[in-house]
Amino acid sequence: MAEYKKEIDQVTGVETTGHEWDGLKELNHPLPKWWLYMFYASIVWSVIYWVLMPSWPLVNGYTKGLLDYSQRAVVTAEFNAAEAERAETGKMLLEASLEEIRDTPELLEFAMAQGKVAFGDNCAPCHGAGATGFEGYPNLQDDSWIWGGDLDTLATTISYGVRAEHDDTRYAEMPAFGRDEMLEKDEIIQVANYVGSVAGLPTRQGVDLEAGKVVYEENCAACHMEDAKGSTETGSPNLTAPTYLYGKSVEDIIAQVDAPRHGVMPAWIDRLGETTVKSLAVYVHSLGGGQ
Amino acid sequence: MYQGRGILPPIELPSGSPIRMSLFTLYGANIMGERKVRYLSLEEGGFSLLLLAIAIFCLVIAGKTWDQVLAFHTALIALASLAGIFYIFRRYFDGNNTPAPLEINGKPNYNMGPVKFTTWASVFWGIAGFLVGVIIASQLAFPALNFDLPWINFGRLRPLHTSAVIFAFGGNVLIATSFYVVQRTCQARLPGAIAPWFVVLGYNLFIVVAGTGYLLGVTQGKEYAEPEWYADWLLTVVWVGYLLTFLGVIWRRKESHIYVANWFYLAFIVTIAVLHLFNNASLPVSIYSTKSYIVWSGVQDAMVQWWYGHNAVGFFLTAGFLAIMYYFIPKRAERPVYSYRLSIVHFWALIFLYIWAGPHHLHYTSLPQWASTLGMTFSIILWMPSWGGMINGLMTLSGAWDKLRTDPVLRMMVVSVAFYGMATFEGPLMSIRAVNGLSHYTDWTIGHVHAGALGWVGYISFGALYCLVPWLYNKKSLYSLRLVNWHFWVSTMGIVFYICSMWVSGIMQGLMWRAYDSLGFLEYSFIDTVDAMYPFYVMRAFGGLLFLAGALIMVYNLVMTVRVGEELESDAAGQPALAPAE
Repeated sequence: MAEYKKEIDQVTGVETTGHEWDGLKELNHPLPKWWLYMFYASIVWSVIYWVLMPSWPLVNGYTKGLLDYSQRAVVTAEFNAAEAERAETGKMLLEASLEEIRDTPELLEFAMAQGKVAFGDNCAPCHGAGATGFEGYPNLQDDSWIWGGDLDTLATTISYGVRAEHDDTRYAEMPAFGRDEMLEKDEIIQVANYVGSVAGLPTRQGVDLEAGKVVYEENCAACHMEDAKGSTETGSPNLTAPTYLYGKSVEDIIAQVDAPRHGVMPAWIDRLGETTVKSLAVYVHSLGGGQ
Repeated sequence: MYQGRGILPPIELPSGSPIRMSLFTLYGANIMGERKVRYLSLEEGGFSLLLLAIAIFCLVIAGKTWDQVLAFHTALIALASLAGIFYIFRRYFDGNNTPAPLEINGKPNYNMGPVKFTTWASVFWGIAGFLVGVIIASQLAFPALNFDLPWINFGRLRPLHTSAVIFAFGGNVLIATSFYVVQRTCQARLPGAIAPWFVVLGYNLFIVVAGTGYLLGVTQGKEYAEPEWYADWLLTVVWVGYLLTFLGVIWRRKESHIYVANWFYLAFIVTIAVLHLFNNASLPVSIYSTKSYIVWSGVQDAMVQWWYGHNAVGFFLTAGFLAIMYYFIPKRAERPVYSYRLSIVHFWALIFLYIWAGPHHLHYTSLPQWASTLGMTFSIILWMPSWGGMINGLMTLSGAWDKLRTDPVLRMMVVSVAFYGMATFEGPLMSIRAVNGLSHYTDWTIGHVHAGALGWVGYISFGALYCLVPWLYNKKSLYSLRLVNWHFWVSTMGIVFYICSMWVSGIMQGLMWRAYDSLGFLEYSFIDTVDAMYPFYVMRAFGGLLFLAGALIMVYNLVMTVRVGEELESDAAGQPALAPAE
C-alpha cells in the first residue's frame, strides 16, 4: 500500500507522484509561474484595497480605510448635485402656470422630458406605454374625458386620483340599478337599448326604445344629461363617445347598468410632488386629446 | 446461512404455519420448507425504523392538515417510506439474499445499481429542466404564453427550471459520478445494501416534492432554496445518508492516498450540508402548514441567503463538477493529471476563498459597505484558484491534444473547462463594485450564469454521461460518435446564441437604466428598456431550443448504446475488464 513507484512520464519528462487510482496517475509539475504571480498580485491588490477602503469588521464598527470613502455619502452627493442641476428650471416650473409652461419652449422641453419618463414608470402600467389605455383604463389620446381634458383638470386628476385614498380625490359612483333592485330587468334592457341607439350601436329587436327613453330620463339624465353627453363636472361619462371604458355593446351596457364597475386611479401628488405632476399634466395634454 | 450481527433473532416458524405461508407466498419466495432465514441486519432494521418514523410523522400531518398541498406531499412521502419498508422486508423474506461480497476473485465488487439509476434520473431531469427553460425564455419574449394559468406562470416555472437543472439534473449527475468515482478510485464497494438506494431514491423524492410544490405555489421565496421546511427536512436526512455512504467507501479504500476528485466531492457534500442548514433555519407556522418563517431577519437574512446562493455555485456547481473533471478528463484522455501540487494548492485556496465571496451579490444595498468590500476582494483573489482547476484540466491533455480531433466526448469536456475558465474570469470581473453597478439586475448576470451552467456544468456532465453509460453497461463504445459530434455543434451554437444575446441585452439594459438626458432626467422609463430587450429574448429562447435539441440527440445516443451497443468481454468475475493501467 505504501510503496510509491515514481515514474518519469514519457511525453513530458516529468515525474509522477507514484500514486495510482483506477489507472489514474498524477504528474508533479510545479505551479505555473504566471499563475502563482497573478495569485500573489490579486492578494496584494486586495490588501491595498483593504487599507484604503472600509473593509474589516471590528467589535464596534469597522475599519474605515485611509480614503475615508463612503458610498452612502457619494450617492447623497450625486443625488444632491442632480437636484441642484434641476432646481432652477424646476422652480420656474413650480411658479409658472400650466398654460405658461405649455407656451414657453424652455419650460415645455423640461416638462416634456420629465413627464415622459414619469409617465412610463408610473402611468403606463394601466394606461399603456402609448397612453391608449385598456378595457377599464381610459385612453388618454382621444377626445373623450370623464373628468375633463384641459391642463388644470388633468393636473387635479393626476394629483388626487379617482376614488383614491385622498381627501380631495375625485368621486363619483353610479348606482347598481339591477343589483340593488332599483330597476326591473325589463327596464334595464330597455334603457340599455335606448342608450345603445343614442350611441349608434346595433340594438336588440323588439325592445321598446320609447319606454327606455322614459327610464333614461327618470334615472340617468340627472348625471349623464338629456343628450347623453355626460358631464365632466360630475365625472359622468359621455355615452355618445366613440369609446366606452367597459366595452361598447348593448350587452356591456346592460352589465354596467346592472352592477357598475368602479375603477380607481391613485393620487400621485404625495408620491411624485407638484413639479412632476405639472410635467405629467403637460405631457398627457400634448398626447393628442388635450382640450 | 448468513449469521451476521443482528437485532432480531432468526425467525423460527413452523413450516406449515399460516403466517409463514401467507408471507412467503405473498412475496414470491421459493424457500418453502427450508429454514434459511437469517438475522435482520442492523442496516435493514435501522432503515425500517427510520422509514416507519417518517411514515408515521407524515401520516399524522396528512390526516390533520388543512393544507391540501401539504396533505398531498406528506402522503407522498409516507407512501414512499412504506414502499421502502415493504422493499426491505420483501428482500429479507426472499431467502436468497446474503449480502453482496465486497470482492470477487480479489477484485472489488462494485455496486453500480444506484449509479445507473441516478444516471438515467439525471438524463430525465436534464431534459425536463432544459424544456422548462425554453418555455420560460419564450414566456419572457411572448408573455401570452403564460396563458393566465397560475401553475405555469413564469413566477412558478422559473424556480422549477433552476431547481430542475441545478439540483435535479446536476445533483443526480453528482451522485452518479461520485458513487462511481469513489468506488473505482478507492477500489471498494459502497457500504450497505439499503443506504445507497435510500440516498438516490430519497434525493429524487425530494425533487418531486420540491418541484410539484413550486407548481402548486409553495415556496419560501429564497432563490435556489425555494423548497419549504418539510422538503428541507427530507433533504437533510437524505444528505446525511449521502455523506455517510460516501465516507464509508473512503474508509474502506485500498490506496492510502485519497484521489483529488474525492476531495472535491467531499468538500461539496460537507459544505452543501452546512449551507442548507443555515439558509433553511426556519420555523413552520404549524406542522400542519406549508408556510414557515426564516429565523434571520432583514439584511442578515439577505446576507445568509447570498452566502448560501454564492456557495451553492461554489460548492455544488464548481467543486462538485471539478471532481467530475478530475476523474473523467484524465480517464478519457488516458493521461496523468497535470500537477498534483497545483491540485492541492487550488483546492484549499478555492474552498477557503469561496466561502467569503457571497456579499458581492449585495453591492449597493443596505448591506454595510465593509461587507461588500470583503466579498469583492475575496472574489478577485478567487480568480487564480478557480483557474488552477482549468489549468489542471486543460494541461492534462498535453501529449493527447490530437484526441480532440477524433473524440468529440473529450472535446466536449475540454470546451467545458474553457467555459469554466471564461465564467470564472467574468465572475470576479462582475464582482467589482463599479462593474456590478452596471451589470447587476440585468441580463448580463443571466448570460454569465448560463456560460457556467450550459458551458461548464452542462458539457462536463454530458461528457461524464457519455463515458459512464458504456462503462456501466459493459459496452465497447458509444452507439455513435457522429451523434456526439452533432450534439456538440448544435448545443455550442445554442450556447453562443444564448450568451451573446444576454451580453448585448444586459449591457444595453444597464446603460439604458442609467442614461440621463441633458436636463438631468432619466432618458428611458423601465418599460422602454423591457421593450428594447424583445429581440434578444427571442434569440435567447432560440439558443435554449438548440441546447435542448442537442440534449435530445444525447438521450437517443445513450439509449441506443444500451440497446444495441457491442458488449465488452468480461473477465471471470463478471466485472468489465479494466482499461489497461500503464
